[in-house]
Amino acid sequence: MSLPVVVAIAMFAGVVVYAVLGGADFGSGFWDLTAGNAQRGGRIRVLIDHSIGPVWEANHVWLIYVLVFWWTAFPRAFAAVMTTLFIPFALALLGIVLRGASFAFRKYAATLSQARLFGAIFALSSVITPFFLGTVAGAIGSGRIPRAGHGRVISSWLNPTSVVGGLIAVGTCSFLAGVFLSHDARSSGDFALAESLRRRTLVMGLITGLIVLAGLIPLRSDAHTLSRGLQGRAAPLVVVSAVAGLLTLWLLYRRATGAARFSAVIAVAAVVIGWGVAQYPWLLVDQLSITDAAGAHATLQALLVVVVMAALIVVPALSYLLWLTQQQAWHSPVSGPRPGPDRLQT
Amino acid sequence: MIVNGPISSGSYAIAGAGNPPGLLPAREQMALSLGWHIILACFGVAFPTMIYVVHRRGIRRNDPIALGLARRWSKVSAVLFAIGAVSGTILSFEMGLLWPGLMGRFGDVLGLPFALEGISFFVEAIFLGIYLYGWDRMPPRRHLAMLLPMGFAGIFGTFCVLSVNAWMNAPTGFRIAADGTVTDVNPWRAMFNDAVWLQFAHMWVGAFMLVGFVIAAVYAVGMLKGRRDEHHRMGFTVPFVFATVAALLQPLVGHILGLQTGDRQPAKLAAMELSLNTEPKAPLNVGGFLVDGHLRWALSIPRLGSIIARNSFTRSVPGLNDVPADQRPPANLVHWSFQSMVGIGTALALLVALFWLARWRKQDLLQRRLFLRLAVIAGPLAVIALEAGWVTTEVGRQPWVVWHILRTADAASPSPWLWLSYAVAFVVYVGMTIGAVVVLRSMARRWRAGEEDLATPYGPGAGPADDSAPSDSTSGYPAAGDDTATSTLR
Repeated sequence: MSLPVVVAIAMFAGVVVYAVLGGADFGSGFWDLTAGNAQRGGRIRVLIDHSIGPVWEANHVWLIYVLVFWWTAFPRAFAAVMTTLFIPFALALLGIVLRGASFAFRKYAATLSQARLFGAIFALSSVITPFFLGTVAGAIGSGRIPRAGHGRVISSWLNPTSVVGGLIAVGTCSFLAGVFLSHDARSSGDFALAESLRRRTLVMGLITGLIVLAGLIPLRSDAHTLSRGLQGRAAPLVVVSAVAGLLTLWLLYRRATGAARFSAVIAVAAVVIGWGVAQYPWLLVDQLSITDAAGAHATLQALLVVVVMAALIVVPALSYLLWLTQQQAWHSPVSGPRPGPDRLQT
Repeated sequence: MIVNGPISSGSYAIAGAGNPPGLLPAREQMALSLGWHIILACFGVAFPTMIYVVHRRGIRRNDPIALGLARRWSKVSAVLFAIGAVSGTILSFEMGLLWPGLMGRFGDVLGLPFALEGISFFVEAIFLGIYLYGWDRMPPRRHLAMLLPMGFAGIFGTFCVLSVNAWMNAPTGFRIAADGTVTDVNPWRAMFNDAVWLQFAHMWVGAFMLVGFVIAAVYAVGMLKGRRDEHHRMGFTVPFVFATVAALLQPLVGHILGLQTGDRQPAKLAAMELSLNTEPKAPLNVGGFLVDGHLRWALSIPRLGSIIARNSFTRSVPGLNDVPADQRPPANLVHWSFQSMVGIGTALALLVALFWLARWRKQDLLQRRLFLRLAVIAGPLAVIALEAGWVTTEVGRQPWVVWHILRTADAASPSPWLWLSYAVAFVVYVGMTIGAVVVLRSMARRWRAGEEDLATPYGPGAGPADDSAPSDSTSGYPAAGDDTATSTLR
């Protein structure tokens, strides 16, 4: 395996992790948006705050990781994408900014009306951001980024593949978040909330599955290379994703929310990895291969050093944080330290 | 004193005819984003260290006041870090959206420090999450230790980001072939370029100055309003000590950096000093403007220019006339921002010196309203000084984005959407500023009203966990005199 491909895999690993962790994060905005008024939606909003509070900032560093790797390892492809997809990137960025700021502000808001305003911004921007990031994926996957950049301003990201990409992104994020929130509600002892979330997540899962299936149809004519890859090399991953998705629905149906989290993550990760495998060896489909797009050899080697450092420093720290959030003490509505056994609900 | 020079008018403007239409909005948006983000970045770098000091004191001495400060500061830092993270995200997008000509060509030369900075960003975000949620949920000592990785990540992150900026001033680690392609890339050489150490030192010290003076100013306001308790005293003193060390160190660091600038970027130094002709025994021009190629209204002190800028009685200060007309930075802006920075820095150094001198003479200036007023003004002044410093180095580098290698005009995006994007960015930043101010002020108000746990308005049920933490002795933190709790939790 050549050095550019190794670095591309390291970068794409960031995309996959972001899709899962950031995706669950974005998706919680969907549930926040549809939670109803302050009275009815209060409990679910508190749950969302609680669930994503400690991790949301770390989750979004993955996006920065991807961007930085992209421009350092594949600078020409980065410039080509940024000059072509100015609008969806700017809109996704706007969403990220509004979302992050309003999430933080809402938490400390003094009055209900302030909290409502910040909350509405948070929820709306949580939904539009994955959509635009999905259109970006669609634009790359359907070969609409010229290798020299400066592609079409609008139609490069407003086309069948991009719209499918955007809808799949919103759907999978919401589904993923729904599964996680159902489980969190259950383990914090709020069974009524867990039950209603579980039911709605089941519906969301069915809708997302339908979008994915229906989306394959326009893909065949609109994104030849990607579609061929999905039916060929990436077919096993598509199958894994479908099976894991169905398994998640079944587990949810059986109220096994703990196990459903794992199969849901597998379903989402498999579909994202499938996209990457399907468009290999292209970085920009039909335009620029990974090898052609690669920057200087010495820089790629240096990036491998960064990957090793990240594996040694970030992975243990992040695991520690994620482990802590699963501890009972972190779920109790604190009134002092909770001794007693740590109950891990899986 | 008026110095004449044959410089035609308009030659200092860089956004002139022939430049792409996207250049001006791209530069404005970048300046706004960087200028906004740098304030929050300072808090990311310096605040954890200050929180560490009060938190450690609280644990070591069972000091409930220090612990209370640490608790409140950590909540403030949560808000600041959150919006700092999003404005940092904005910047990483903008690198590509606004400057594809820079990133496409030099991404693999300058990118490595950014990738490393990503690691430090990760570490900060992870340990911030742990620290915020660790209140009352972790053994105190381990909880305190969570601040250490944040502090180190701040240092490392500052180094990485400054490394990229220093590279733009002192580009190295690559070669340009005859056909214009970039070859022989050595990213480590580019990262550890000649300018990085001093620029890093200048910024790192600057971050402590800014945060120290700003937080001290907040408590000085409280004391002016008659809240003269131990809480306010400690809230003032701890950051003020940091600000003191930084403010006394900074003139030295800045001076050495200035000396380097003269060797490396004579045009920048010429603009900073508003020097027209390269001359030995150059005067120091205080204030003044360059109008139609003439220096007007400046207070020129003979020979001092060479002494300060070149550390020599005789070495010449470079003059703008030796710089080709199309390579001159906008001199007035560079000069004024430079001198504002130096002037404010000097004033702040005098202020802290005065305070400790008086203290040594057994006088407590905190009892003097005049000093408190000065301490309040010092907060915004420190911010202005830092911004002015960045304006100096960034505008002083123009018209180059990479010194003598790539012009800013050639790096800017040709997108027709840049003015709109700038307008939206402007509105967003205004909104975020208002949001941050409203939220921080309301937090302060509620704290004063005795509401320690700032409950969320989303009822029913408990608020988000970190807000409902009690501040009494039922928590993992002992009240004063309660030793058993610490020992059992260790």
